[in-house]
Amino acid sequence: MAIFLDESSKVIVQGMTGAQGAHHTARMLRAGTNVVGGVNARKAGTTAGIEGKRLPVFGSVKEARAHTGAETSVLFVPPKFAKDAVTEAIDAEIELAVVITEGIPVHDSAAFWAQAVAAGSKTRIIGPNCPGVISPGKSNAGIIPADITGPGPIGLVSKSGTLTYQLMYELGDVGFTTAVGIGGDPIIGTTHIDCLAAFEQDPDTEVMVLIGEIGGDAEERAADYIKANVSKPVVGYVAGFTAPEGKTMGHAGAIVSGSSGTAAAKKTALEAAGVHVGKTPSETAELVRKVLS
Amino acid sequence: MDLYEYQARELFARHDVPVLPGDVATTPGEASAVADKLGGKVVVKAQVKTGGRGKAGGVKLADGPADAERQAEAIIGLDIKGHRTERVLVTEAAPIAAEYYVSFLLDRTNRGFLAIASAEGGVEIEQLAAERPAALAKVPIDPMAGVSLAKAATILTAAGFPGQVIDETAGVLVKLWQAFVAEDATLVEVNPLIRDGSDRIVALDAKVTLDGNAAFRQPGHAALADGEAGDPLEAAARARDLNYVKLDGQVGVIGNGAGLVMSTLDVVAYTGERYGGVTPANFLDIGGGASAEVMAAGLEVIMSDPDVRSVFVNVFGGITACDAVAGGIVRAFELLAEQGTPVERPLVVRLDGNNAEEGRRILDEANLPGLVRVDTMDAAADRAAQLAAGA
Repeated sequence: MAIFLDESSKVIVQGMTGAQGAHHTARMLRAGTNVVGGVNARKAGTTAGIEGKRLPVFGSVKEARAHTGAETSVLFVPPKFAKDAVTEAIDAEIELAVVITEGIPVHDSAAFWAQAVAAGSKTRIIGPNCPGVISPGKSNAGIIPADITGPGPIGLVSKSGTLTYQLMYELGDVGFTTAVGIGGDPIIGTTHIDCLAAFEQDPDTEVMVLIGEIGGDAEERAADYIKANVSKPVVGYVAGFTAPEGKTMGHAGAIVSGSSGTAAAKKTALEAAGVHVGKTPSETAELVRKVLS
Repeated sequence: MDLYEYQARELFARHDVPVLPGDVATTPGEASAVADKLGGKVVVKAQVKTGGRGKAGGVKLADGPADAERQAEAIIGLDIKGHRTERVLVTEAAPIAAEYYVSFLLDRTNRGFLAIASAEGGVEIEQLAAERPAALAKVPIDPMAGVSLAKAATILTAAGFPGQVIDETAGVLVKLWQAFVAEDATLVEVNPLIRDGSDRIVALDAKVTLDGNAAFRQPGHAALADGEAGDPLEAAARARDLNYVKLDGQVGVIGNGAGLVMSTLDVVAYTGERYGGVTPANFLDIGGGASAEVMAAGLEVIMSDPDVRSVFVNVFGGITACDAVAGGIVRAFELLAEQGTPVERPLVVRLDGNNAEEGRRILDEANLPGLVRVDTMDAAADRAAQLAAGA
């Protein structure tokens, strides 16, 4: 089993004909993802040759969904057009929209989140500014390298792409059910809590890894959730202990404001919920091994 | 991007949020001229991006142009919590009948926006929230519905505003919301919002944070960027389009991906405890691509930091293969030597992930001066901290 994405997922790519979109569509196909088409209103009716496949290009998400039965969309649309593209996916009742795009204005993210809620929350949004979701050996929706690791008992959720890769690599011999990069923006769709809840229900996930970083209080809220609702072991890691107050550290949402959003507060909250928190990524990987042994 | 009060005040004025007449001044002479134009009593306020100006002597009442000049003389150059005052804002002095607080901000938890209001303004809002949380109303705002007059009245009623000011204040609140949306702000805050002697509602202070991601549709925002203030290394990095933050340690850090770089800083500081408290000198995320040019630009900025005693390049080859990154490092050394700024401090490189073997081979063959290859993040951080302590 896996969460959100598996071998039965049919994937379309919004922005497939752009340079990034085409590059990562090829990578997804090589990873075994069932990519069934793309969306670009200006190239509707054409096909795109990617990895030896002729992928149809549709004029809208609705049309793509009707023709292919796709329920998952991965978005590589530039920031300027991202809000309209996500809105289109919501209107077409896409079940999983993975928004890779970095640099979307936060008012736009707030708007498409509100639209998704108003439409009855039928569309799960992951991101924006995220590496996507991978269920190794089954499917890959996004830009996470597929060759780092294979299937296994670990479920991972992280704000950071490269730390996801790092942990997947350190635990490459153990393997993962699903790894979800939820993104580093201040407003994101799927949260740590959503992923923990899904991993708790997933019979193949034996241990969860939660990677957080400075900014906001998502980790503190995840800690509360774990205390009340999670029976499986959780191992945590938090980045940004050395981050100065008031400075954005790479991710738009990674900022300590006054005394809120610090790494120390997040670590304390997670530990109070029984989460084993590693000091470094390597120590975190060791903690996971200990839990599994 | 945080704005100065005078910039935020001008932004408010453009969106019809009532502000006091006034202007910014960079010299005591200019302050005197503004006071002369305004007539009567004026307030001279230090323009710094930090709170607590009043307590630091950065806000003074002046009874005319000569007094305004004297006050500006004392305030310009004043250091307020590490921020040097370069300008003052000179405004009319308003008779204050009541002080309130209003703001709109991002609500990360609810993935929307939040209005915060209080009928007890003029004090530090964090202090008020801690001491008298009941005096604050926090009202979620649906981004699709926005803030109507009726919604504004609901917010103000919840915050305990007196009935006779609610109508007029609601009008101001709607304008403030419109400014928040139109300018792609993540924070607009007025503390205090006042009722003056003639029962008018006026924004006496203005605090605004703008969303950098919206720059593509906010052509006016570039001019608000603070070119002069800030760290010269950060300015140099910005000019090269690098994601860099200056810190006060000795180990220069370059990595790919914001999370990995934050983690690298932590590991350096953690292991640095063993070497007399060595800490990271900067945050620098060169992103997924890690091209030779970006690597060279990053190394150049880090090498121009006199505090840096060693450099730790920490790359995990995810999308980018390590052989490409290694090639980038080799080429960066060449580029820097060609332009007369060769790498002269020890460089610890950790390459792991996609094509790591090939990347390591490229580095070994290049035999670059001062470059040490260590293959795990923790051991590499330790070596970089040790080199920084020994240098």
